[in-house]
Amino acid sequence: MPEIKVTPLGAGQDVGRSCILVSIGGKNIMLDCGMHMGYNDDRRFPDFSYIIQNARLTDFLDCVIISHFHLDHCGALPYMSEMVGYDGPIYMTHPTKAICPILLEDFRKITVDKKGETNFFTSQMIKDCMKKVIPLNLHQTVQVDDELEIKAYYAGHVLGAAMVHIKVGSESVVYTGDYNMTPDRHLGAAWIDKCRPDILISESTYATTIRDSKRCRERDFLKKVHESIERGGKVLIPVFALGRAQELCILLETFWERMNLKAPIYFSTGLTEKANHYYKLFITWTNQKIRKTFVQRNMFEFKHIKAFDRSYADNPGPMVVFATPGMLHAGQSLQIFKKWAGNEKNMVIMPGYCVQGTIGHKILNGQRKLEMEGRATLDVKLQVEYMSFSAHADAKGIMQLIRMAEPRNMLLVHGEAVKMEFLKGKIEQEFSIDCYMPANGETTTVTTNPSVPVDMSLSLLKREMALGGPLPDPKKPRTMHGTLIMKENSLKLVSSEQALKELGLNEHQLRFTCRVQLQDPHSDADTLHRIYTHLKNVLKGYTIQHLPDSTVMVESIVIKVSSSAEDSNTKVLLLSWSYQDEDLGSYLSSLLKKGLPPGLC
Amino acid sequence: MKLYCLSGHPTLPCNVLKFKSTTIMLDCGLDTTSVLNFLPLPLVHSPRLSKLPGWVSKDGTINLEKELKECAGRVFVDSQPEFCLPERELLDLSTIDVILISNYHCMMALPYITEHTGFTGTVYATEPTLQIGRLLMEELVNFMERVPKAQSATCWKNKEIQRLLPGSLKDAVDVWTWKRCYSLQEVNSALSKVQLVGYSQKVELFGAVQVSPLSSGYSLGSSNWIIQSHHEKVSYVSGSSLLTTHPQPMDQSSLKNSDVLILTGLTQIPTANPDGMLGEFCSNLAMTIRAGGNVLVPCYSSGVIYDLLECLYQFIESANLGTTPFYFISPVANSSLEFSQIFAEWLCHNKQTKVYLPEPPFPHAELIQTNKLKHYPSIHGDFSSEFRQPCVVFTGHPSLRFGDVVHFMELWGKSSLNTIIFTEPDFSYLDALAPYQPLSMKCVYCPIDTRLNFHQVSKLLKEVQPLHVVCPEQYTQPPVSQSHRSDLMLELQPPPMPYRRCSVLNLPFRRRYERVYILPELANSLVPSEVKPGISVATVSAVLHSKDNKHTLQSVPKPPPAPSSKKRKRMIEEPPVVLAPKSLLSGAVPLEGFLATLQKHGITEVKVEETPDGHILHLQAQDTLIQLEEDGTHILCDNNEPLRTTLRDLVLRFLQKL
Repeated sequence: MPEIKVTPLGAGQDVGRSCILVSIGGKNIMLDCGMHMGYNDDRRFPDFSYIIQNARLTDFLDCVIISHFHLDHCGALPYMSEMVGYDGPIYMTHPTKAICPILLEDFRKITVDKKGETNFFTSQMIKDCMKKVIPLNLHQTVQVDDELEIKAYYAGHVLGAAMVHIKVGSESVVYTGDYNMTPDRHLGAAWIDKCRPDILISESTYATTIRDSKRCRERDFLKKVHESIERGGKVLIPVFALGRAQELCILLETFWERMNLKAPIYFSTGLTEKANHYYKLFITWTNQKIRKTFVQRNMFEFKHIKAFDRSYADNPGPMVVFATPGMLHAGQSLQIFKKWAGNEKNMVIMPGYCVQGTIGHKILNGQRKLEMEGRATLDVKLQVEYMSFSAHADAKGIMQLIRMAEPRNMLLVHGEAVKMEFLKGKIEQEFSIDCYMPANGETTTVTTNPSVPVDMSLSLLKREMALGGPLPDPKKPRTMHGTLIMKENSLKLVSSEQALKELGLNEHQLRFTCRVQLQDPHSDADTLHRIYTHLKNVLKGYTIQHLPDSTVMVESIVIKVSSSAEDSNTKVLLLSWSYQDEDLGSYLSSLLKKGLPPGLC
Repeated sequence: MKLYCLSGHPTLPCNVLKFKSTTIMLDCGLDTTSVLNFLPLPLVHSPRLSKLPGWVSKDGTINLEKELKECAGRVFVDSQPEFCLPERELLDLSTIDVILISNYHCMMALPYITEHTGFTGTVYATEPTLQIGRLLMEELVNFMERVPKAQSATCWKNKEIQRLLPGSLKDAVDVWTWKRCYSLQEVNSALSKVQLVGYSQKVELFGAVQVSPLSSGYSLGSSNWIIQSHHEKVSYVSGSSLLTTHPQPMDQSSLKNSDVLILTGLTQIPTANPDGMLGEFCSNLAMTIRAGGNVLVPCYSSGVIYDLLECLYQFIESANLGTTPFYFISPVANSSLEFSQIFAEWLCHNKQTKVYLPEPPFPHAELIQTNKLKHYPSIHGDFSSEFRQPCVVFTGHPSLRFGDVVHFMELWGKSSLNTIIFTEPDFSYLDALAPYQPLSMKCVYCPIDTRLNFHQVSKLLKEVQPLHVVCPEQYTQPPVSQSHRSDLMLELQPPPMPYRRCSVLNLPFRRRYERVYILPELANSLVPSEVKPGISVATVSAVLHSKDNKHTLQSVPKPPPAPSSKKRKRMIEEPPVVLAPKSLLSGAVPLEGFLATLQKHGITEVKVEETPDGHILHLQAQDTLIQLEEDGTHILCDNNEPLRTTLRDLVLRFLQKL
């Protein structure tokens, strides 16, 4: 029985360093290659030793597919391709290909230049890695090789995020990456057709949550920001440069316009303008509303949001600042946080998921005294708020995706174990399919039961359809007989006659002749006629003929009558039939052995 | 499989393919050359046009002054210009399941096909084709509606009268199918039926047929289509190009292994080299401007214009044209320029690399930013106050019958300093200029058509090797104007099947196989046996399910369990149910082997008699005869059913069941 094997090297019962190995139909595919934001040591990369103990990556992997540009999905790509070594194809969508290198370079700068790390990938490595990338378009079927094909679907979540459908022969797997089932202000919702994959590998970040209405969340967020601004406080919103930031910018811009607010809103320099350009050039990846109006109006040109300069952090008065990176684990957002943490009028709003180990995670869990570098402690007096704006599907959304795709099995990644357990139970109950949630390094094996495609002779097919009708009568299904010829890689189903001809085989006729003795005082001809009448009564639905050459034929079985030499009342019936009529012939001989019923004329 | 040809125009095709119970329309090109027979629509009142004399027949009996006007020896119809539609009577349009669009030039007749005809199908097109096609259609409607002409001319279409008319009007065919432009509402309704597809996306139609668009390299989002089932493949080739301009390059390899290849959309100017034409364009433009004259470029609002602007972007500095204003005037000018920048995925590799930087893929963005290129929706409004001369104006419509170009012709036609440069190949430039004669303006003809020429297409067909080629009849002989050029036609073995408007072709096809799926349970139960080296057979007894054109074979359900013993007696008396016939047998029964088997089963007293065809075995004890021959075995047995069945099974052991 063919099997599909899935092994997470990262993001198995965890969020971070997404990296999932799939073995299907003899092909090996790596899905995502991310970095874990919670660690600073080797644990931030996926554990490639699982593969490289036995083989080189280039030989082992048929391709690598990256779902989107978030660092926990692509952060380890240059490390893998240039430092561990991989020269095969890497697939990602166009926006991902454009934006990935920028985020990687940014990340590299913070890690190496600011933190002084040495064993890290270089700028040149990022460039070399990107040269191996082949861009994917939505819904385009890409033949990686003769047997492996992949297809990208829209995932929402961030610009260019895709879900990937992987198919080898009759087996298929869908990997969702991160996705969102509800459209937001600048992106649409994920969509997939009823592709019925053998396994659907889905993220489960919010496996136990059903999120309340977006409007409520937005209203809450705006209220908090407004209140802080009103009392003269500063609001820090740590974001990644591309992604949720654009969503919140659109939200604040609309609000500021409506309420005629004057307090300045700033956005980290460098990436703002570029981000704007990317969204404009890849506008086909945004939602309907933006696409319809982009000629007249660029939704990403903000009147109220300006570029930030480091010195502004010390300016008096209220302000809102979007600063990177998103989990307060390094860089500008951390610097600003340190400056503003001491004042209770200020506020920090975490707009998304924070990985364990980051400052963002710590303060969300109530920690109010933080240990900084150099043994310094930081008193956290500002208000800490959490507003979940990250565009991940909630439990309802995940169930909705399952309904859309109709997978045969489910596999959960990118979530917390306890939450996954809960969701797993719900899925198994609702859909009656198996649901798996392997940990890192654990292999899940799923046996698939594919149908076998064969080429059927059109004449045979048409004949069967004409005789049996499209949907068989469940009580009396018509059985089709044919011969399957297996030659090299082709499977042909033809009628038995055609098979004999094609294979150059001769037909062997097997015939039976049986003599049955019968007591009947009539003449030979009368006996024959009585037999004919008798059979006609019993065998309804068969072709029975009384032929002029003194034979009775039932289908193609021949019956003759002659008298025994010794006794004219003893009739000898000769029944002759071929193997094709074996059942009927056998039945007839037992029937006639019993004699003719009285009262037959 | 049949092909219905609704349009005979080689680059604006409209064909309908009937393939495996689906009816697929391939493109709906609109032949706009008919508008050349009409008077231009001026944006402001033109004294010259209104003073043109009406036409009266030579003998004075027929007076069509209101309908027909004479100008410089030719006759034009004075009414709303009309288009030559594809043939709509050949086939019931409501039976069309699907329309496949190859590029935005070949969809202009869509509203005529989908509106008011009972059409209920779906239209498939790539996103750039839809968006830019929409712009071009909106532009066309706009051009027609802003200069409405109350009267419509129909008298001239009467056969007796048409015969008497001079020149091209007399020779116009199918004039009763000529129709006025559609409305915006019809455009929106037609386009709402479009479903977007991407290159190499496989779309299943009713489970029977799969269609897939391939990059053709001609314009943004332009495609060729593959229409196939598991065993048959039809390729539809429309406007395609091997030149490196802005669209993604042509996907040629996917066209291989086609049973039929339908070839349309070759270059209309096979003798001109596009690069050379570009050079002429630039030099004539520069010459005119330096001499103080204006340059008028009648063009479509999307397509080659992007390449012209890109070429000019590099040329401007070297030709010292830095201060010359370039104007692009069209109701869709702004949209067209904006849309060209957002379709990164459909562009060639070089342009994609620019987008990654990020930078707009087309340099006309910079021309706009530096105010060298300005776009206006029409000549009214801002343009009239900001307009400076000498300048270069890109505007539509290339037929010179409607659009802002009419105004510029009237404005600039009298000065020999001005030049009109024709770059679009669709219209004969002399015919286009006819109603403006006499003209002092200079005319330069350098048409740019990047589509395949005969040399390139021959090479392509040799590579791709389709079994049969279907093409418009124009491609099977040299062009009328150059009848001695035997290289300007398709020479193929076997020769292509030509079509013309209203042809119905039977395409050579004999499907012999269909894809069916054996369900796993049945597959597991099959027992293959090798009959020849490398070839195995297995008997298949199955139940066939056909649903939505998908066929599956399932195991025969087990018969219900035998009822309790009380009824058993009656069961045996039931005649066997008629099922499908038993398997055929093959092979031979070897004498020695069979005798040995009989021995093993306790049948020892066997007398073997030789016959000319084989042997006869007398089973003494059982009073049974078995005739063994090469291709047959006959068992004669009396009244001994158990023995007969035993012998039967023993014989079957030596044979193969099929």
